[in-house]
Amino acid sequence: MTDIGDLPVAGNGLLNRRLFLQAGAAGAATIMTAQASAQDQPDSMRIPGAGMSESGAPSRYESELYRRAIASQPGTTGAGVSRTPLEHLDGIITPSRLHFERHHSGIPDIDPGRHRLIIHGLVKRPLSFSMDALARYPSVSRIQFLECSGNSGALLSAEPVQSGCGELHGLVSASEWGGVPLSALLAETGVTANARWIVASGADAAKMSRSVPLDKIMDDAIVALYQNGEPLRPANGYPMRLFLPGWEGNMSVKWLHTIKVVDQPAMTKDETSKYSDLQDDGDLQLFTFPMAVKSVITSPSPGLNLGSTGIYQVSGIAWSGAGRIRRVEVSADGGESWADAALDELVLPHCLTRFRSAWAWNGGPAVILSRATDEAGNVQPTRAAVLEGRAVGTFYHYNGIQAWQVNRDGSVNNVYV
Amino acid sequence: MSMYRKLLVAVTIVAGNVFAGDSPNLGEAVTAAEIAVADYTVLPNGDGLPTGSGNAKNGAAVYAKHCLACHGDEGRDGLNDRLAGGHGTLLTDNPVRTVGSYWPYATTLFDYVRRAMPYTTPGSLTNDEIYAVAAYILFLNGLVAEDTNINSETLPSIKMPNSDKIVWQYRPE
Ligand code: HEC
Repeated sequence: MTDIGDLPVAGNGLLNRRLFLQAGAAGAATIMTAQASAQDQPDSMRIPGAGMSESGAPSRYESELYRRAIASQPGTTGAGVSRTPLEHLDGIITPSRLHFERHHSGIPDIDPGRHRLIIHGLVKRPLSFSMDALARYPSVSRIQFLECSGNSGALLSAEPVQSGCGELHGLVSASEWGGVPLSALLAETGVTANARWIVASGADAAKMSRSVPLDKIMDDAIVALYQNGEPLRPANGYPMRLFLPGWEGNMSVKWLHTIKVVDQPAMTKDETSKYSDLQDDGDLQLFTFPMAVKSVITSPSPGLNLGSTGIYQVSGIAWSGAGRIRRVEVSADGGESWADAALDELVLPHCLTRFRSAWAWNGGPAVILSRATDEAGNVQPTRAAVLEGRAVGTFYHYNGIQAWQVNRDGSVNNVYV
Repeated sequence: MSMYRKLLVAVTIVAGNVFAGDSPNLGEAVTAAEIAVADYTVLPNGDGLPTGSGNAKNGAAVYAKHCLACHGDEGRDGLNDRLAGGHGTLLTDNPVRTVGSYWPYATTLFDYVRRAMPYTTPGSLTNDEIYAVAAYILFLNGLVAEDTNINSETLPSIKMPNSDKIVWQYRPE
């Protein structure tokens, strides 16, 4: 089995990506030859375990499965963020309780029986929809990422911030989102000929609002009611949220309450004062909607130290607001040479894609990187390329290549290359 | 493609993809009064601004009572976002982004304060108080005089220093 796997495909020990398939089979064979002996068995195999329960929880041994770097505006508890612990997860779906949060005035407690979605403005018939009504509409369900455009903002710091992968990049998560295409509801209200945008507002205390182009709404926007098979969690907009595949998270307005159809954007606080990008020539870029192609290695990463030398899996996530991920390359020599990573089977549009490479760590220092390419041909840029042309202090929409420095002692830290 | 045709196409696709039935058509008519209660949106052209008015003189009192604790004396050095000053700093190494230095539209101020501020008691100010406190923040930024009357006519006409600089990265068809 080692003949394929041992073949280096790029510098500093990157191995053929098929290595893991080969190694898995061999591992299983080894286990089957071991003899079972009753006395030596752990309690779990000798004493019946716990009973059923109405709702599950992670193993008590999993102490890292909590949201990271919770921070709120001074003097508040609900105007801020919490981040997904990316380095402790695998696959592409984020457990709902670990989905990142960004709220602007806390999490409202909304009675679904009283909640209404009101569609008005440049429509022929202003209408309101109850939860019971929406439940009867043809719906769709898709596995898609949601990323806050403030994600990875720490990478703008002049010196690399020493934090974990989730603390740095955990404002991205992926779920199966289910709900009613907004186009169906707008077909019912009708829109007037001059309609170009909608303004979506939430039923939270900030009445959080964003303008969204009508073409996106007609294309693939949904009123999401379900997340990973269950009704939305309150922190994700219960009982309903707007969901805009691939676009900056803030626009997928939670606790969706009103949709006003308009002929121009409202220029709300969160599309002008915030989530805008000032350039070094003074230009103020608004409406950077699709999230750019991006990837990050989740393991190894800071806090997940390497032990003995030998083969490790290099694994991570890649995503793009332009559609599917086509390719992820990994480097173990600071970007001198690259090799294609294997992509897990599910490569979906506007979704996290899991990639994996095999790497033989020789115990020396190494800088590992990943670089994603999407189906539109966009290639993830370097940090320097992202920063080019931006004014100081501009931190939204960061999608630069992340470099992790692996040290001789097996520790890993954030580094700029 | 016209928006009409788009709508038609979208409906066909939705119906075709899921089940080839008609929409259940369960939207209920809403009255103008119900919409008025739920609609907070103010557009840059002033659409959505209510009647009422205020100036920076009355606004100073509103600010002192409802905003100062979090946004600081004269909109500076508070716990939360700085609201005033920073002119000419945006392209320096220490940019100070405020309503005056960064915001491209004055109407955003009314829209946002009416929705969300004061943080702990949003919705507690009258329209006159919101116009007045908006006038005060604009006054602190040197954009209006202390006695300028701010209302649905004057607010949209205020030219913000950064308004010429905006570049749309996305334009709908
Ligand atoms: C209890 C503290 C508190 C009080 C009182 C308060 N604010 Fe705020 N303000 C905040 C917080 C927190 C935010 C940021 C909210 C967010 O994260 O979206 C904010 C944001 C703002 C912003 C947006 C700033 C920017 O640059 O984007 C404006 C404008 C504002 N407040 C105006 C006011 C006005 C006017 C009042 C008084 C009527 C007021 N605030 C009272 C806490 C407060």
